[in-house]
Amino acid sequence: MSEAQRFKDHHREARVFLTRVSIIAVVMAVLLALVVMRYYSLQVTHHQDYATRSDRNRVHIQPVPPTRGLIYDRNGELLADNRPSYTLSVIRERVDDMAATVSLLRELIDIPQSDLEKFYDQLQQWRRPFEAIPVRYRLTEDEIARLAVNEYRLEGVEVDAQLVRHYPKSDLFAHVLGYVGRISQADLAQFDEDQYQRYSGTHSIGKTGLERQYESLLLGDVGTQNVETNARGRVLRILDRSDPSPGEDLRLHLDSRVQATAVQALGDYRGAVVALDVKTGGVLAAVSMPSFDPNLFVTGISFRDYRGLNQSLDLPLYNRFLQGQYPPGSTIKPVVGLAGLHYDVVDREHTIRDPGWYRLPGDDRFYRDWKRSGHGPRVDLRQAVVESCDIYYYDLGHRMGVDSIHEFGVQFGLGSRTGVDIPSERGGIWPSREWKRNNRGLPWFPGDNLNLAIGQGYALTTPMQLAQVSATLASRGRRMRPQMVAQVGGRDMMPVEEAQMDVAEEDWDYVLSAMVGVMHGERGTARRAAYGADYQIAGKTGTAQVVAIPQGEEYDSEALQERQRDHALFIGFAPADNPEIAVAVIVENGESGSGVAAPVARKVFDAYLREIYPLAEPVVDEKGQSESGEGVIGDGEISE
Amino acid sequence: MSHQDFLRRLPEAGQGLRRRDRIQQRLHLDFTLVLLLLAVAVYGLVVLYSANGQSESGVQRQAIYFLIAFVAMFITAQVPPHLLRRLAPWMYCGGVVLLILVLVLGIGAMGAQRWLGIGGFRFQPSEVMKLATPIMISAYLGQRLLPPRLKHVLLTLVLVIVPALLIVQQPDLGTSLLVSSSGLMVLFFAGLSWRYIMAAVVIVLASVWPLWKFGMHDYQRQRVLTLLNPEQDSLGAGWNIIQSKTAIGSGGYSGKGWLQGTQSQLDFLPEGQTDFIIAVLGEEFGLMGVLFLLALYALIIIRGMLIALRAQDSFSRLLAASITFTFFVYVFVNAGMVSGMLPVVGVPLPLVSQGGTAIVTLMAGFGILMSISTERRRVTRQE
Repeated sequence: MSEAQRFKDHHREARVFLTRVSIIAVVMAVLLALVVMRYYSLQVTHHQDYATRSDRNRVHIQPVPPTRGLIYDRNGELLADNRPSYTLSVIRERVDDMAATVSLLRELIDIPQSDLEKFYDQLQQWRRPFEAIPVRYRLTEDEIARLAVNEYRLEGVEVDAQLVRHYPKSDLFAHVLGYVGRISQADLAQFDEDQYQRYSGTHSIGKTGLERQYESLLLGDVGTQNVETNARGRVLRILDRSDPSPGEDLRLHLDSRVQATAVQALGDYRGAVVALDVKTGGVLAAVSMPSFDPNLFVTGISFRDYRGLNQSLDLPLYNRFLQGQYPPGSTIKPVVGLAGLHYDVVDREHTIRDPGWYRLPGDDRFYRDWKRSGHGPRVDLRQAVVESCDIYYYDLGHRMGVDSIHEFGVQFGLGSRTGVDIPSERGGIWPSREWKRNNRGLPWFPGDNLNLAIGQGYALTTPMQLAQVSATLASRGRRMRPQMVAQVGGRDMMPVEEAQMDVAEEDWDYVLSAMVGVMHGERGTARRAAYGADYQIAGKTGTAQVVAIPQGEEYDSEALQERQRDHALFIGFAPADNPEIAVAVIVENGESGSGVAAPVARKVFDAYLREIYPLAEPVVDEKGQSESGEGVIGDGEISE
Repeated sequence: MSHQDFLRRLPEAGQGLRRRDRIQQRLHLDFTLVLLLLAVAVYGLVVLYSANGQSESGVQRQAIYFLIAFVAMFITAQVPPHLLRRLAPWMYCGGVVLLILVLVLGIGAMGAQRWLGIGGFRFQPSEVMKLATPIMISAYLGQRLLPPRLKHVLLTLVLVIVPALLIVQQPDLGTSLLVSSSGLMVLFFAGLSWRYIMAAVVIVLASVWPLWKFGMHDYQRQRVLTLLNPEQDSLGAGWNIIQSKTAIGSGGYSGKGWLQGTQSQLDFLPEGQTDFIIAVLGEEFGLMGVLFLLALYALIIIRGMLIALRAQDSFSRLLAASITFTFFVYVFVNAGMVSGMLPVVGVPLPLVSQGGTAIVTLMAGFGILMSISTERRRVTRQE
C-alpha cells in the first residue's frame, strides 16, 4: 500500500516539479529579456546621450562666488568695491610638467620675478585640491589673446575673470575698512560645514576692520552651476545655474571729506583723530596716521612690502584710534570738574590759591603746575578749566577721592570698550582702588588722586573713548555707542543709547560754558585755534606725559628725543549751543595740545559744519575782527 | 534513508557509455558546465583587470580564488547527495551558530559586521548559509510527502526566517534577501499549493507600505527613491546610478575597447571592480559584450535546470533547482541594479565581481549540481 502510494506520489511529484520548473523557466526568460531590453535601451537607443555625457564631456559642479558687498561713506562715495581682473592661474593637479609650463608662460607674457616667487611659495603651501593657484593678476587684452592662442599647449592653465577687492581711496580709510586677504589654512580650520560651503568659490576673507567685522554680511551666498567640461577639465558651457546672492552693501557714517581733512591736518605727525555725530554716535571720521595702502594685501602682500610696514618705527599697521592707549591728561578736567560739582565737593564760588605748586598735607613732594608762576590767588573751577590749572585740580582730586572720580568717569565710558563695530578695540584704564590692588598689588595712595584728577598716573584712554567722552559732554550725559555702519543693505542700523546721566542742568551749563571759554575766552588755552570760527566751539586741551620728569627737573623739549616728547591732545564739540560733531585728537609727541592738537580739531569742525551748513554767514568780517570782540592773536602765552 | 527509485534503469556503468562520459562519471564532473564556468571566469578576469585600474595583483588574487573555488567545486562534486542530505541539519545549525557569533564578536567593515576571523583568516558565515539553507530545506521537504502541508510550510518559514533575520542584523539586506529567496523557492518547486502562494503575495503587497514606513532604514528608503529619480541627488546617492548608466550607455554596440573605458579608467565609476563591474563591461565591450556574458549565464542556468529535471530524488531536484534559480537571481538583480532597473542592493555579479568567499561558495554550489548530475548515472549502485 505505502509502496504504491509512494510510487504514485513520485510521478506526481516529478510532474509537479516539471510544471514548476517550466513556470520558473518562463519567468526567468521574461526577466532576462527585460534586462536585455534595458541594456539595449541604454546602449543603443540612448547611446548617443550617454556617449556624449561620458566620452567627450563631463558634468562638474562649480561654485559661483558671490559679489562682495560694497562699502560707501555717508555721501555715497565708494570706499570699497570689486574690480574685474583677469587672472592667470594654474591647477597643479592638471599640469604634467610644471617647469615646462612655467617657462612657456614666461615666453608668452611678462611675469615679474616677485609674482613668480609668490607663485612658487603658494605651490608649496597647502591648498584645497584642484584649487587654482594664481600666477599673475590684471592681464591685459593682448596677453589674454596670446594665452588663448596657445591654449592647446597649456594644460591645466586657466585665465579667469575674477572680482578683486579694491579700495579706491587707498590709505585714507585703511584702519577703518581693514582689508581682505587670502583664506588661510588657519581660517579654514575655523570653518564649520556651512561656512566651508559658503566660501567654496571665494578666495578672500576679511582680515581686519569693517571687512572682518561684517564679513558674514559682506560675503553673500554662494551660487552653483553645472558645467560641461571636456576630458581635460576645461569648461565648455554652463548647463544650469543657481545664482549667488551678492553680499550686502554697507553705508557708513564716515564722511570722506572730513576724513581727508583730518589726515591733512595731522600732516607729518603720528596720531589719531576720531569725530562722532553727537546725536547718533555715528563715526564721522576715524584716522590713524601713518597709514598704509590696503590694496597691497588683497592679492597677497609681498614679503618685502609687509616687512617694510611691519618693521617701520612709525607703526603704520597699528590702529591708533582703537588700540592706542594714552593718558588723557588735562582733557579729562571737564569730567572731573563736573564730578566735583555733582558730588558737592566744590561749588562755583569755591576758589583756591595757586602759587604754581601743591603739596599734600604731611608730604614733602611738590606737585607742579605747567605754569611756573601759577594762575593766581583766586582760581575757581571755571578758570581752572579755561586756563587748565593743575593746582585747582590737585586740590579737587584730594578732596574728592578716587572712588567718586572713578564712579563718575565710568559713566562716561572710561575704562571700558566703547563697543564700536570694529574688532580688536582696547578699553583703556580708568583706575580705582580695586584696580590698583589687582594690577599693582598696592593700595591706593593719596598722591594717586592728584594724578588721576589731571588725567595722568594710571589712567589711559583710546582716542575712540575720548571722542565718546567728548560726545557725552556735548549731549549733556547721553552716552551713545559709536557706530561705523549706518545702513546694511539699505536697512538702517539704529543708534544705541548706552546711558543717560543724571546731573543737574546748571552743573552742565557751568562746565560746558567753561569749555567754550577754553576756545573763545580771553585766556582760554585754545583761543588761537578757535580764532575766526563762525560758530562756537567748546573744548579742552591736554598734554600727556610720555616720560616722567624727576623731581626738581625742568621739562626741556629740545633735550628730549622726539619720541619722548609729550603727546598733544584735544577734545571738543561744535557748535557749542547745539552740538553736531564731537572730536578727539591725539598728536603723538606733539607737545602742545593747544598749538598742535586743537588746530586739527578746528579744521575738522570747519570741514564738517561747512558741509551741513553750507550757506551759513561767516561771523568774522574782513578785518579779521570777530563780532564778539575777542582779540586777534593771543598775548604771548599760548602753549599749555 | 534512501529511496529506491528506478525511474530508469541504465545499463551497467561503464558499458555502452562513451569514454568521455565515463571520465565525467568517474570524476563526478559535468564537462559542459565546467567549460561554461571557465569561460565566465576568464571573461571576468579580463574585465576585472580593466576595472581594477590595470592592477595585476588584483587579477592574480582573483585567479587564485578561482583556483581554490574550482578545487572546492571538485571536492563538493565528490559528495553524493544522500550524504549531503544527511549532513544538512548539521551544516544548517552550524551556520546559524556562526551567524550568531558574527553578531556577537564579528569584525566590522563599513559599518557592517559580517566577518569572522579564524586564525587570521576571514570568512563570511552568511556565505555558508547561502548553501546551507536551501540544502536544509530541500532535505526537509524532499523527505516529506509533496505538496507540503501547512505544518511543513510553517517550519520551512522558520528555517528561512532565522538566518535571514540574523543576516539582516549585520546589516546585509542583499544577502538576507538571497538566502530567503533561495529557501522559499524550494517551497515553490516542491509544489506549494497556489492558494498559499496567492496568500503570500497578498501579504507581501499589504506589508509594503508599513515596511516602507517603519521597517526600512533611511538609507534603504533613499536607495529606492534614488532609483526612481537619480538626478535629484546627483552628487550624493544618485551618483552611482548616473555614472553606471552613463558607463553602460556610452559603450554602444561594441564598446569603447578594452581598457578604454573613460568612466572606469578615470575613477568616475565607484565600486567598479565589485558590484558595478558590469558597467565596466558594458562600457568597454558594449552591448555585444553584455549579451555574450548573459548568454553564458543563460547556458549555465539552462544546464542547471536540466540537471534538476533529471535528478534522481526529490531532495536532489529541489536543491538543484534552488541553486540554479539563486544563480539567476544574482545575475538578474545585479544587472538590473547597475542599469537602474532595481534599487541598489549589494549583490555582486557572480563569478565576475571581485570577491573571494562569494566565488568559492558559488563554485561549491556548482559542485553540488555536478554531484547531483552524476548521481543519476549511478542508480544501479544502491545502498
